[in-house]
Amino acid sequence: MRANAPAGVEGHHTNAWVSKAVLAPLVFLAFLMASIATLSGDWASLFSRAAATSMLEFARGFIAPAGGAAFLGKTFYAALETLAISLLGTLLAVLAGLALALPAAGRWGLPAKHAARFVLNVLRAIPELVWASLVVIAAGLGPFAGTLALGFHTTGVLGRLFGESLENVAPEANDTLRRNGVGALPAFWYTTFPQALPQLASYALYRWENNIRAAAVLGVVGAGGLGQMLYFHLSLFQTHEAATVLLAMIALVGVVDIASNQLRIKLTGR
Amino acid sequence: MRALSPAELNVSALEQVVVSYSDTATALADVSLSLSPEEQVAIIGPSGAGKTTLLATFACALKPSRGRVVVFGRDPWALPAAELHRLRGDLFLAPQAPPLPPRQRVVNAVLAGRLPQWTAWKALSSLVRPRDLAAAHDALTRFKLDDKLFLRCDRLSGGERQRVALARLLVSNARLFLLDEPVSSLDPNLAGVALDTLQEEARQRGATLVVSLHAVDLAMARFPRLIGLRAGRVLFDLPRAEVSNELLTDLYGAELGMSFQSPPTFEEAQMKLTRCL
Amino acid sequence: MTTVALPASPLRDPAWRERMLWTAAAVILLFPLGWLAEFNPATLWSAASLSATRQFLGTFFPPKLDAEFLYLVGIATWKTVAIATVGTTLAVLIAVPLALVANRQLSISAFASGRMCALCMGVRATVRTFMILLRSIPEIVWALLFVRAVGLGDTAGVIAIALTYGGMLGKVYTEIFESNETQGTRALLGNGASRTQAFFYGMLPVCLPELMSYTVYRWECAIRASVVMGFVGAGGLGQQMELSMKMLAGGEVLTMLTVFVGLVWLADAVSGFLRRWLS
Repeated sequence: MRANAPAGVEGHHTNAWVSKAVLAPLVFLAFLMASIATLSGDWASLFSRAAATSMLEFARGFIAPAGGAAFLGKTFYAALETLAISLLGTLLAVLAGLALALPAAGRWGLPAKHAARFVLNVLRAIPELVWASLVVIAAGLGPFAGTLALGFHTTGVLGRLFGESLENVAPEANDTLRRNGVGALPAFWYTTFPQALPQLASYALYRWENNIRAAAVLGVVGAGGLGQMLYFHLSLFQTHEAATVLLAMIALVGVVDIASNQLRIKLTGR
Repeated sequence: MRALSPAELNVSALEQVVVSYSDTATALADVSLSLSPEEQVAIIGPSGAGKTTLLATFACALKPSRGRVVVFGRDPWALPAAELHRLRGDLFLAPQAPPLPPRQRVVNAVLAGRLPQWTAWKALSSLVRPRDLAAAHDALTRFKLDDKLFLRCDRLSGGERQRVALARLLVSNARLFLLDEPVSSLDPNLAGVALDTLQEEARQRGATLVVSLHAVDLAMARFPRLIGLRAGRVLFDLPRAEVSNELLTDLYGAELGMSFQSPPTFEEAQMKLTRCL
Repeated sequence: MTTVALPASPLRDPAWRERMLWTAAAVILLFPLGWLAEFNPATLWSAASLSATRQFLGTFFPPKLDAEFLYLVGIATWKTVAIATVGTTLAVLIAVPLALVANRQLSISAFASGRMCALCMGVRATVRTFMILLRSIPEIVWALLFVRAVGLGDTAGVIAIALTYGGMLGKVYTEIFESNETQGTRALLGNGASRTQAFFYGMLPVCLPELMSYTVYRWECAIRASVVMGFVGAGGLGQQMELSMKMLAGGEVLTMLTVFVGLVWLADAVSGFLRRWLS
């Protein structure tokens, strides 16, 4: 037990350790208690008969997912729609993110850098779903809103990641060309960009993996795809159909994960 | 022969240039040199003498702390940015480490030498489909690398990368070549080929060639004018014939207590090499 | 003049053909993709869309800042944090036992021989599959399910986070247990200590900083997830935002968005501080 340790450096060490070991759990417990108290805690209802019956309903529904050619066809179409949303949304974000990453890395002066960073931060801070709710107002219900929403949020994320990658590229090759009278943009395309490309591609593909999950759920606010189907069937308590859609979601995510991994290995050799 | 105006006399000139990085670190002190058109000069000196800094100053890549720089008859640091940019297009500065992006193909790395002559659109489209393949191939052939045209730069050896960086020079439009240790990774045979090509190109274009070398024998064998640099100062600036062993000892060996032997000629070096094989 | 006689056929870039094919494939693929996603930027400029946008944006300013509304937003924000905290705590309680079972370092059957008995492998595989299942269903889907089962409100959100993050934390805890310094654990197991003892005396002290660091990071993510789940009725700031958006009350939305961004930033700062302090 360290209580007998002498004062001084050792003592300071002990105090820090004690404060972490004692203070941290206490603060945490207090926070937790306050949280639990605030939540209206309809916890009783969780274990009520009504809840139990509806959860049992759900479970039964999920064990027997709906089939039938027509419904499976619809599900497949919705899956394609979701895939399209994720691909187009990510693609738009790659282009827009790159366009914003250049000023954000400081290539066109300080005011442009701050402006670009601010835009990227706003885009990133607002989650895809919130964007989808906003975009639905202008673009109407459907997958277009989902694509745009995904594009907006992902631009913020990729723009920042791209900017960091570009800044981290070794400057010697670029400097040499600039010193020999090459313009900023051609020098960028010939030196900085090819050096950053594996990292950029990696980020973009990783983001696609994330976006297929996001695209799947955007539908709950009306942005099309499997999410919209899921929301629809759950609202009508059609658990069998909902189970099928859910399985399709999981399968789609798995497929995209594999595809993205393969592409990443092919493009970056890693 | 008409008298040349002072501006035409010098391709580049430094007057009492001082380059210092801080109060204590001075890279060049009180350097005054001038380069005439169609000259071929070798800069020699021990490591850390300031050869790289000197080349950078000639190339208006580095602004001196004191003193005047004149390039192609103008003061580069008084020019507006666009003019300076154009000025830089007329010279070629090759750093010691070949500045080649690893995953780029050799053809694009070489054609990058043409960029100052190309518009932004041409530059971009050449990345998708290389323009002027013939020029790139020709340049690489002169350095014995024609079979590497479409390979990635990171698949080349150190010596091959160095030669690719030099091939860039051949497709460029420069009138002033400033090369920092261009043959450091090459064996004597290839070094000879490379220097042959560079010197011939300079002669054909009427360009000025300035090369920094640590192989004194190469410098003495090939370059009519030698500049000896030590600790940021010009120790001597003489035609080859006047560079004596004592001067070379001063330059390199004094601190180490060595005395400089008469360096072997290129032929002698090659004979030594073949005897070792 | 050293020119090389150019080869009889002009030089061709070997990569050109492949590039052409890939570009053509990509372009051809874009059309069905665009059609599937109903990609039609022109609709953004249609009269109906523009007027709706203008109307909505018009209500954005000024942001609603009266005391009563701010109080409401404050409560909702605190609820969101509470949902995230309780949810993450439950997730930890779920994840720890799962990770203890799933990780290979505590396997006694594998200890000496390096190969596990079949039953043990089966158990571990089952637990891992269970964690994957918990993880692969997006939390918002769990939220939807539980909103249907137990009604609108915070409970659904808490459970959704507990389940999804339970799976995520379980996987990462397993990885942390397996990858960290295992000498101590193996020494204890080798001397006949039980698995629980080996865990508390060998594994936990070594892994604790990393465990806590990742858990705090997940708590921060949970705050964002709670807001998103609120959109399907799982309580907190998100639910309020959804209501305001339905009513096209732009001023309220703007205030809440700002509060949300501030909350995320604050959570990020707190999480960073905690992770530094605890390690």
